[in-house]
Amino acid sequence: MIVRILGEGQYDLSDDAVSALNDVDAKVESAIEAGDDASFHTALTTLLDGVRTAGVPHDADSLDSSDLILPMADATLGEVKDMLSDDGLIPG
Amino acid sequence: MSMWQRISLIFRSKANKALDRAEDPRETLDYSYQRQLDLLAQVRRGVADVATSRKRVELQVNQLQAQSDKLQGQAEQAIKASREDLAREALTRKSGLTTQITDLKTQQTQLQGEEEKLTLAQQRLSAKVEAFRTRKETIKATYTAAEAQTKINEAMSGIGEEMGDVGMAIQRAEDKTAQMQARAGAIDELIASGALEDASSLNQGDDIARELEAMSSQTEVEAELARLKGGSAPQAIEGGQDGGEILQAEPQAQSQAPSQSSGDSSEEQK
Repeated sequence: MIVRILGEGQYDLSDDAVSALNDVDAKVESAIEAGDDASFHTALTTLLDGVRTAGVPHDADSLDSSDLILPMADATLGEVKDMLSDDGLIPG
Repeated sequence: MSMWQRISLIFRSKANKALDRAEDPRETLDYSYQRQLDLLAQVRRGVADVATSRKRVELQVNQLQAQSDKLQGQAEQAIKASREDLAREALTRKSGLTTQITDLKTQQTQLQGEEEKLTLAQQRLSAKVEAFRTRKETIKATYTAAEAQTKINEAMSGIGEEMGDVGMAIQRAEDKTAQMQARAGAIDELIASGALEDASSLNQGDDIARELEAMSSQTEVEAELARLKGGSAPQAIEGGQDGGEILQAEPQAQSQAPSQSSGDSSEEQK
């Protein structure tokens, strides 16, 4: 699977690696719902580190789209909330 | 649905919206390529803008640092002259500057980070745009309009995602730079108006500098006097007549710069 970390680029991850990281993704999401800034940052950092460790950088000159997309490392909780709403941060 | 799935879906729908612009799908390729080149130019400008802001902050740090060093020097000078009050005043002003400097250095680091991020974004986008150009030519040469659609969709969604990512990076860098420029502008104004400069050399600050100067010229005069007095008696007597003018002339020459020492010279005349 191709996973993009916004602001960093794309990584290739095995399906196993992705399902292992699904739990961490769920933690990020519940932190967003709870509006819990501290655990949001901890979980996001863990998730991004997991992707960087388990993945290898995808070819720079490929035009493949990603299967999964993650916020940038320094994203705020508010930014990610905006990103998840359709007319939020992502430029159309 | 999980967070990362939701974000990727939103990206995809935005990229797809950009697809339906041209009648002949192959025209979409040219249109998109033009947008990619525009975005690339925008990233380059972004990198340049952030670099300019960073240099401006660096310059301000240097200016404030020089000011702070000057105050430190004055404090040391004041201590040597046993003027604790002056030393305290100089150090107080210096500590105000230290806060500003620490602040600016944090901004400098942040801007450096944004600059690096944008530079990397530029490199990534360049690679993709070049890949897109090659793919575009192949599609236009090989496929009929009807056949091209799938190939175009593939190429477009990949580049669309990259463009969305880079677009966000530019937006964030611009927001951060704008915030910092407002503050940098305020500090530039302070420096230009002389308010910071004044703190140690022109108006308020000059009281420290002026007093120290006055004291050192006084010390010099005392030393000169002591040297003259210490000399042989006949010389001292001769000096009493001719040397009077010398004593008078010297402090006056010095007094051209610091206006206050005219008071000193009149004291010496008595």
